[in-house]
Amino acid sequence: MNKLRRSMLFLPGANAAMLSTAFIYRPDSIMFDLEDAVALREKDTARLLVFNALQHPMYQDMETVVRINPLNTPFGLPDLEAVVRAGVDVVRLPKTDTPEDIYELESHLERIELACGREVGSTRVMAAIESAIGVINAVSIARSSKRLIGIALAAFDYVMDMQTERGDGTELFYARCAVLHAARAAGIDAFDVVWPDVNDEAGFLREVELIRRMGFNGKSLINPRQIDLLHNAYAPTQHEVDHAKLVIEAAEEGERNGLGVVSLNGKMIDAPIINHAQMVLERAAASGVRR
Amino acid sequence: MKIVREALAGTMESSDLMVRIAPTEEGLEVSIHSEVMKQFGDQILQVVHATLGAMDVHQGFIIIEDKGALDCVIRARLQSAILRAAEPTEINWEKLL
Repeated sequence: MNKLRRSMLFLPGANAAMLSTAFIYRPDSIMFDLEDAVALREKDTARLLVFNALQHPMYQDMETVVRINPLNTPFGLPDLEAVVRAGVDVVRLPKTDTPEDIYELESHLERIELACGREVGSTRVMAAIESAIGVINAVSIARSSKRLIGIALAAFDYVMDMQTERGDGTELFYARCAVLHAARAAGIDAFDVVWPDVNDEAGFLREVELIRRMGFNGKSLINPRQIDLLHNAYAPTQHEVDHAKLVIEAAEEGERNGLGVVSLNGKMIDAPIINHAQMVLERAAASGVRR
Repeated sequence: MKIVREALAGTMESSDLMVRIAPTEEGLEVSIHSEVMKQFGDQILQVVHATLGAMDVHQGFIIIEDKGALDCVIRARLQSAILRAAEPTEINWEKLL
């Protein structure tokens, strides 16, 4: 079963209280932010807070991601030196415009892994796409490294670059399609933008339903209250689970009888339908059934 | 590391701590105030002295106001304050692990 990455919870790297408690919310991945959520004068202490938190037992059984500062700032490389040594699972590179950005990150990662005795290639990467050129280069970015676990669309900088603003989603339509197709073509995950208004649950759920149906693996979140809402929206319905079980049973019976193709209630069951049924059951095992 | 200037790191918010450091002519003096001194005083002292030892700090005046921070936060804030108070050097991350 692939690693589930429905919810990726952002945590400001300089906030000691949030770093000390966020693990209790059990998102699929937790993302310590050293970039936009941290004031310039706190970059050094945020880096050290995240460096120490990553080594704490509370974060050992959960996927950890760190959004470092861009490598063309004075903070990006020190961030990388710290978090790779501290054992981060995934480095999120902001403002990825070209595959060369990923190549540069990879060369630093390999050097640091060799220097600290960490297995080369064990630090995974996520590319955040935040500009028109990044969206246009999404396919080559998504294929740029074996370390990539996924690409994420980041809306705030993207809509500014497009000279527009957040609205009903129309402004993100092309970028979402482009990022998602690039990820699927490269066989990696795709993550949608944050929903900034934590008090607008209805709007959040509308957006989650849209991106779930489009095929995104999940979404970046800025508030723990959004985790359960998101997981529930990604859970299959009881009807979907019941149907998936029938599909798997029919497929297993067909295999026992040496049949290549079987039918269920008069409908043909072939490999894509079986794969979909397996995915439904995996999601039900992880999230339960939609309430 | 030699403490050469005054420095601060941290906040007075819950689950955090404030570390103040100043240079001294000689000796190391550490003053710790904590809301959880009774329950976790020994552990806090152990973290503070281990961090100072790992960073080769043998001189300076250090005041810690703890608001119930975890060990990893105490270590991070103390490391930050020391690095801010010392002459700028390349960080040896292995020493901070």
